[in-house]
Amino acid sequence: MSIQNSRLSSEDLEKNFSDLHPPFDHPEGALLEANRCINCFDAPCTKLCPTSIQIPLFIKQIASGNLKGSAHTIFSSNIMGGGCSKVCPVEKLCEGACVYNLLEETPIAIAKLQRYATEKAIDEQWKLFTRKPSNGKKVAIVGAGPAGLSCAHSLSLEGVDVTVFEKEAKGGGLMTYGVAAYKVTPEFCEAEVKYITSIGGIEIKYNQELGKTIHLDELRKKHDAVFLGIGVGIARGLQIPGEELQGVEDAISFIYNLRTSDYSKVGVGDNVAVIGMGMTAIDAATQSKRLGAKEVTLLYRRTEQEKPCTDVELELARLDGCNILWLSAPKEIIGENGKAKKLVCSKMKLGAPDASGRKSPVDTGETFELEVDMVIKAAGQIPFEDLVTKSAIENKEGKIKIDKSGKTNIPGVFSGGDAVNGGKEVVDAVQAGKDAAEGILEYLKKQTGK
Amino acid sequence: MADLRSDFLGIKSPNPFWLASAPPTDKKINVLRAFEAGWGGVVWKTLGTQVKNVSSRYSALTYNGQKAMGFNNIELISDRPLDINLKEIREVLKEFPDRAMVVSLMADNNKESWHEMVKKAQDTGAHGLELNFGCPHGMVERGMGASVGQDPEIAKMVVEWVMEVAQIPVITKLTPNVHSVVPAGRAVTEAGSNALSLINTIQSVTGVDLDTLVPNPNVAGKSVFGGYCGPAVKPIALKMLTTLAQDEVTRKVPISGIGGISTWKDAAEFILLGASNVQVCTAAMVQGFRIITDLCEGLNNWMDEKGYKTISDFQGLSVPSLTRWEELDINYHIIANINQDKCIHCGLCYITCEDTSHQSIDIKKGMPYNTYTIKDEECVGCNLCKIVCPVQDCITMEVHRKAPEYLNWTEFQKRGLPLNDH
Ligand SMILES: Cc1cc2nc3c(=O)[nH]c(=O)nc-3n(C[C@H](O)[C@H](O)[C@H](O)COP(=O)(O)OP(=O)(O)OC[C@H]3O[C@@H](n4cnc5c(N)ncnc54)[C@H](O)[C@@H]3O)c2cc1C
Ligand SMILES: Cc1cc2nc3c(=O)[nH]c(=O)nc-3n(C[C@H](O)[C@H](O)[C@H](O)COP(=O)(O)O)c2cc1C
Repeated sequence: MSIQNSRLSSEDLEKNFSDLHPPFDHPEGALLEANRCINCFDAPCTKLCPTSIQIPLFIKQIASGNLKGSAHTIFSSNIMGGGCSKVCPVEKLCEGACVYNLLEETPIAIAKLQRYATEKAIDEQWKLFTRKPSNGKKVAIVGAGPAGLSCAHSLSLEGVDVTVFEKEAKGGGLMTYGVAAYKVTPEFCEAEVKYITSIGGIEIKYNQELGKTIHLDELRKKHDAVFLGIGVGIARGLQIPGEELQGVEDAISFIYNLRTSDYSKVGVGDNVAVIGMGMTAIDAATQSKRLGAKEVTLLYRRTEQEKPCTDVELELARLDGCNILWLSAPKEIIGENGKAKKLVCSKMKLGAPDASGRKSPVDTGETFELEVDMVIKAAGQIPFEDLVTKSAIENKEGKIKIDKSGKTNIPGVFSGGDAVNGGKEVVDAVQAGKDAAEGILEYLKKQTGK
Repeated sequence: MADLRSDFLGIKSPNPFWLASAPPTDKKINVLRAFEAGWGGVVWKTLGTQVKNVSSRYSALTYNGQKAMGFNNIELISDRPLDINLKEIREVLKEFPDRAMVVSLMADNNKESWHEMVKKAQDTGAHGLELNFGCPHGMVERGMGASVGQDPEIAKMVVEWVMEVAQIPVITKLTPNVHSVVPAGRAVTEAGSNALSLINTIQSVTGVDLDTLVPNPNVAGKSVFGGYCGPAVKPIALKMLTTLAQDEVTRKVPISGIGGISTWKDAAEFILLGASNVQVCTAAMVQGFRIITDLCEGLNNWMDEKGYKTISDFQGLSVPSLTRWEELDINYHIIANINQDKCIHCGLCYITCEDTSHQSIDIKKGMPYNTYTIKDEECVGCNLCKIVCPVQDCITMEVHRKAPEYLNWTEFQKRGLPLNDH
């Protein structure tokens, strides 16, 4: 029993990490599906899209043969509409609201159609937007994730010159480093970043880390405004004995590894326990299994009813053969020669509702043990509290506080995305970037007016 | 089990479904396949002078993904040697004596040619003749087809020639490319035609290729007006049929209904509006002869449900309901009702009523589902919401009479009642 890489042949790995939701193979498929859409007014799908993409419109544009118009409709609301079509949990967003659900019929394959319309635009780098001439305003954006890129695009469109500072060597944020490998490829993420920046007026400076190579004061001095789209950090610690043992890993680092190296070079155990039941936990579990782990067990301290992931995600983990243990909380990791060997778990039961309104798990005092050689922590991510606090930005446990227009407590400093909400979806971050851009433009106008 | 047998001027067929004169009835091989599939009869592809066809020949209209909603062709009458056609007709008659065999004819515009054609056709033992006065392209330029059907005088003359030698029933097929089909219908009926059939195809351009800019169908960079048929023409055909069924002269002869029939429901509607039987072309062309199974079964089941034993039991029953506008009951008033249990909140009723009708639907915004209700006082009972609603029986039109008694426009005016209540 140990953590090993190359558990599967490269063909099997390739297969395991191929597209989870393949595209339409033929234009006919897209047309058939597009014609199935009844073109709702004030469409429920649009209302549940955080970026409010005019979904019926883009679908009818596919049906009418106006693919360029369709892509334009999508990107006008969501410049990461390409990536979102691959990673959005649509079952709880647009597709979940499709009126066909009320007829107990399969909802329109909105994501698949959105991918159909955007993929070509990105592949062929269609020029669908023209930015206004530069107006001399300069904005610094920290973080080239969905929030930062969306903010950059919206600002540049209006003639603002944007410089993005990114600590990693590539753009895309968690899209590139966090989302499951079977949803997006590194090549796609790169093409998407290139597409977004192709309107011009956006310069991305890589390997620039706020708090290390760059500082907020400096940025504020050299720019008219600053947007912080730094996301959140690694997974929360478990605060239990044995967490320091070899084989205990943070899900974000595990997935980062997987997304940045060859699958064959990523080690995984025989018996993997994943703590948590959010999207990250599911991704860590399914990808462990797809790397060749023999047994993967997901543990969650509440029941299926309270789970943070969607039914579709849970089903994916089940279909991948992961074990699911409800009402189970990690208590201690027991090691041997410094390596994780056993996970002791507490059996829980549901008690009174907590602050979130969900029934809180209560320890029954009973325990059980799991044989493990790898434990992946995926019970929420920790915000960059230190960095934020040091810069005197008002925050709540590291989550940056903003007003409706994205303003922080520091004049000219805006924020949005995971850094503010503590970790939601790509599509939320895109909208946050748009909203902040609007706030920034408003702010710049007032500054000039003075 | 209802009796689907049809007797059209003594021409018997096991069901009222004939294949219209067109490519499906062009050759023995097609017709045998059709009869094997169960079709009641055929009108053989029009025989006449020798012609030559071009390529391409067809084009169609796709609507919201539905292919061949409308269909168009620039083909001429049969381009096969007359002798072969006649020989094959004889052979088919021998193999399927229980099916209707009608031969469509179009001769040169003189008495001798018509006499010769009629004699040759009836010599085969065919059960009837159909005079093609309707083909809208190719033949018109030679003074045949629609150019005969468009001029009641010429049509009458030709029918008179035909009747001089015809020994089997004669059906005259009318062109829809006229303001009204009644004058030609009357003329040929008075000239002795035993029956009428309609419609032939409607002159049309289905579209223009946006790459080449050449209209469809493309023949070496050029096109011509073609004949339109298929589901899109059904409403026009039904209207024309009704005018014949209501006219005091033309209603005396049986009518074979043609134009856009693709389901048993279409067929029932044609018969209800006065047709004695129906003919089908496009539906068979785009789906094959196998559609006959459901045409028969569907009609049979509907007849059973309604208690009709034979086709004649319901033939023409809807004709009297089509009246003049002046006779409609002004006191009849319907108001839409949305069944909230069935509503899927698509908002189509709302947006169409709001944008293009009478702003009679109330919207209560919800997340993500809005609630839509009818403003009874505003609703004029136009049916638009019901038409666009994707859910069956979700929107129903309920009767709220303005007054109990029948009141028509003429009477309304006489009484000097107020106008413009909306
Ligand atoms: C494992 C995992 C799977 C996920 N799967 C999905 C999914 O399938 N679908 C979905 O919609 N969402 C998914 N999410 C969530 C989604 O990725 C995030 O909500 C989204 O990326 C947030 O965008 P952001 O721009 O706010 O932050 P991020 O994407 O985190 O981007 C922040 C950027 O800032 C950079 N940065 C951070 N600190 C600094 C600094 N000090 N200086 C300079 N740069 C800095 C980072 O390198 C990064 O590029 C997943 C998240 C995780 C962790
Ligand atoms: C390709 C084609 C060829 C046709 N040829 C003839 C013909 O030779 N003689 C004729 O009377 N009608 C001809 N028609 C008209 C059909 O018989 C029929 O009247 C018309 O298509 C309407 O019926 P439908 O909607 O079922 O197709 C032709 C129609 C088509 C589509």
